[in-house]
Amino acid sequence: MITEITGPKIKRIHPKKFALWMALVSMIMFFTALTSAYIVRKAAGNWYAFEIPKEFFLSGGVALVNSVLLHVAYRLYKERNYTIFKLLISLGFVLGVAFVVLQYLGWLALNGQGVYAQTNQSSSFFLILTLSHGLHVIGAITALMVSWIYAIRPSTTAWTEKRQLRLELTFTFWHFVDILWIYLLIFFWVQQ
Amino acid sequence: MADINIAEQDLHQEDGHHGHDDHHHGDKYQSSFVDRYVFSQDHKTIAKQFLITGMFWAVIGAGMSIIFRLQLGFPDSDMAWLQPLLGGWIEIDPVTGSGVLSPDFYYALVTMHGTILVFFVLTAGLSGTFSNLLIPLQVGARDMASPLMNMLSYWFFFLSGAIMFISLFLNTGPFSGGWTAYPPLSELPQASDGSKAGATLWIISLVFFVVSVLLGGINYITTILNMRTKGMHMFRMPLTIWAFLITAVLGLLSFPVLASGFFMVTFDRVLGTSFFLNEIYVAGEALTTRVGGSAILYQHLFWFLGHPEVYIIILPAMGIVSEVLSVHSRKPIFGYKAMVFSILAIAVLSFLVWAHHMYMSGMNPFIANIFVLFTLIIAVPSAVKVFNWIATIWGGNVRFNSALLFSIGFVSMFISGGLTGIFLGNSAIDIQQHDTYFVVAHFHIVMGVAAFFGMYAGIYHWFPRMYGRFMNETLGKIHFWGTLIGAYAVFGPMHYIGMAGVPRRYYKFDGFDAFSQFTEINQFITIAAIIVFVLQILFIINFFYSMYKGRRQTEMNPWGATTLEWTAPIDAGHGNWDGEIPEVHRWPYDLSRYEDREFVMQTEPLAEGEMDGGH
Ligand code: HEM
Ligand SMILES: [Cu+2]
Repeated sequence: MITEITGPKIKRIHPKKFALWMALVSMIMFFTALTSAYIVRKAAGNWYAFEIPKEFFLSGGVALVNSVLLHVAYRLYKERNYTIFKLLISLGFVLGVAFVVLQYLGWLALNGQGVYAQTNQSSSFFLILTLSHGLHVIGAITALMVSWIYAIRPSTTAWTEKRQLRLELTFTFWHFVDILWIYLLIFFWVQQ
Repeated sequence: MADINIAEQDLHQEDGHHGHDDHHHGDKYQSSFVDRYVFSQDHKTIAKQFLITGMFWAVIGAGMSIIFRLQLGFPDSDMAWLQPLLGGWIEIDPVTGSGVLSPDFYYALVTMHGTILVFFVLTAGLSGTFSNLLIPLQVGARDMASPLMNMLSYWFFFLSGAIMFISLFLNTGPFSGGWTAYPPLSELPQASDGSKAGATLWIISLVFFVVSVLLGGINYITTILNMRTKGMHMFRMPLTIWAFLITAVLGLLSFPVLASGFFMVTFDRVLGTSFFLNEIYVAGEALTTRVGGSAILYQHLFWFLGHPEVYIIILPAMGIVSEVLSVHSRKPIFGYKAMVFSILAIAVLSFLVWAHHMYMSGMNPFIANIFVLFTLIIAVPSAVKVFNWIATIWGGNVRFNSALLFSIGFVSMFISGGLTGIFLGNSAIDIQQHDTYFVVAHFHIVMGVAAFFGMYAGIYHWFPRMYGRFMNETLGKIHFWGTLIGAYAVFGPMHYIGMAGVPRRYYKFDGFDAFSQFTEINQFITIAAIIVFVLQILFIINFFYSMYKGRRQTEMNPWGATTLEWTAPIDAGHGNWDGEIPEVHRWPYDLSRYEDREFVMQTEPLAEGEMDGGH
């Protein structure tokens, strides 16, 4: 029945992948709005510059490593190299959690410097950007958890087209949040 | 087996075997009442859910306007009779026993009216209904790219509405700071009663609304770009589909910006930041701790959504009108490609004009000039569309049924409202007109009434596709003529009082010498508004009556249309077509183009050596 109605296949990008890209576009708009507001507000003066704690740079490194690991993991999965794949995806998961912890520690360090959300527009913007980004990372961690459970459960490790797609979607989102953080970091660094 | 994705590429299951839901319609999601009518994933059902929810909100939103119109038309009348409905919001004088509408609640009503109509009715109810109904059917897909996401889109809308509904019953009343939710009214609880819990619920509700729009929009775009049937090139898509596509793109790009503004408002409300607050006095006291922000920044973020939003509302109506005018004039749409490109031009320009809502916010006049320029340029593609609609019906074999009449009504309204837009678009003229009834008249005609007309045209036209029956034509015509005349009677005079300087959002005018002379006009407007409201109730009666008792649809393609939605069985199940999805061989407007054939459907192959239309 299914083959009957499927008809000739037209080679197009997978709808779910496309939908993810659309979602990324909307997230980019969200962050563009916030960073534009940041620039506009900063130009108006009365802007308190503070030192960005090293934790945030550390989390930048974690994000980079995480992206590389997940990328390699995806390659390995396609080559059916499950052992190292499992290891890397587990590591990626740990790094994802570590990222959130580092962001939190970074904020504690800021509080230590006497910088709070309400201190100045600069810290309010810093919070709203790091928090928005952090919420996206938590979403990504949730997605990664699903892939990770599939990966380590022996009955669901083996390659299927659908699982590969799931990984691809999850990892694409991870690359997005990782790169987004690097971008934000550079943005803060240049702007501060 | 959890997710049945009707996307044909996706029929493979997780473990490679197909299980019991091999057949493409009557899947297990339709096995029980709840799955079929409540948590349905069938785009056709979701469309009806959007429509009926939209109608529910339209009655509430319009009902509110009747109450505040009573206040504006008859400010000194006794409103005690409304007390059973509004309770404490009618303040009863203990001595005389006569009641007045509480000023706080007047503002709450105006705010809710705007929010409900703009977002719940004309965004969700219009684009949600017709994008859902028509996208899969007209591009030739069994359902949306992700039926699950589509269902979630509706339920987020529902949740958003439920929260807003609850806010109507708060002790301190719903939000009352205007549909644009400018700070500080939207941020400082001490600013007004509506700024307390009402504002919190308003923001939460709208955040869920944004989620709904994004989930829906992502699906619409993905479905249109990825799941068209064989032969359905972009330039063979009906203009409805073009309109829905661009609408969804606009939403995808602009709603996140609104969300970011709301996020900042939430920060200000919850965390004590001051993104949008500076130098504020409440009840004579300076707020010394909340400084450094800028309320104008919020306006920029809001109108960056706000202006595209008005096109999000009007583009689907334009698409519907193009289709209906062409089918019922039995003529191809005039200038198909010009129509497509003008939609695209409007979409691009709509992102470059937002500050025309802020000419009076103290912006640099030189910057205002740039926005004047882009604003006036938008009139060009708009005029192209108007011209093409008129040329489409010109000399056609026109069937004057309700669907067509409402489409013509749309064009009439769009012209009238577009012309006043050109006045407002000039920043110098706007000094006088801003925040007056002239603006109210402008946007109600060009957006409010026009979009409603587009929606009505769509409902009358596609009612058979939704319910297998026709709506009553006599009632439809009464509905049309009454609403057309009534709407002009309501909003026409507003231009006049607006030019005289009467400001919008005032509770009453008798305290102002300059404005108190318009009492009779205001009474006239109120009476006309009540008549128009009653006519819409007539429409609703017609709608539900026809659903059960209307004339049955007997032919698959009752209007002699060319598009794919009329190739699916009258009672199509989930999956739309019983056999294969039809292939498309030509553009959608082969009406009266052949000597011997009145119309040729999109599924019919081109003759040997024949050129496809639309070039
Ligand atoms: C010819 C094209 C148009 C031009 C030049 C134009 C121009 C303007 C301007 C300058 C304003 C601001 C007036 C003020 O607040 O002082 C305005 C308000 C408005 N316009 Fe238009 N407009 C056009 C078409 C439209 C269309 C097609 C829609 C909707 C479908 C629309 C919806 C609105 C709304 C909702 C407002 C008022 C929002 C508010 O303040 O609450 N306009 N228009
Ligand atoms: Cu505008």
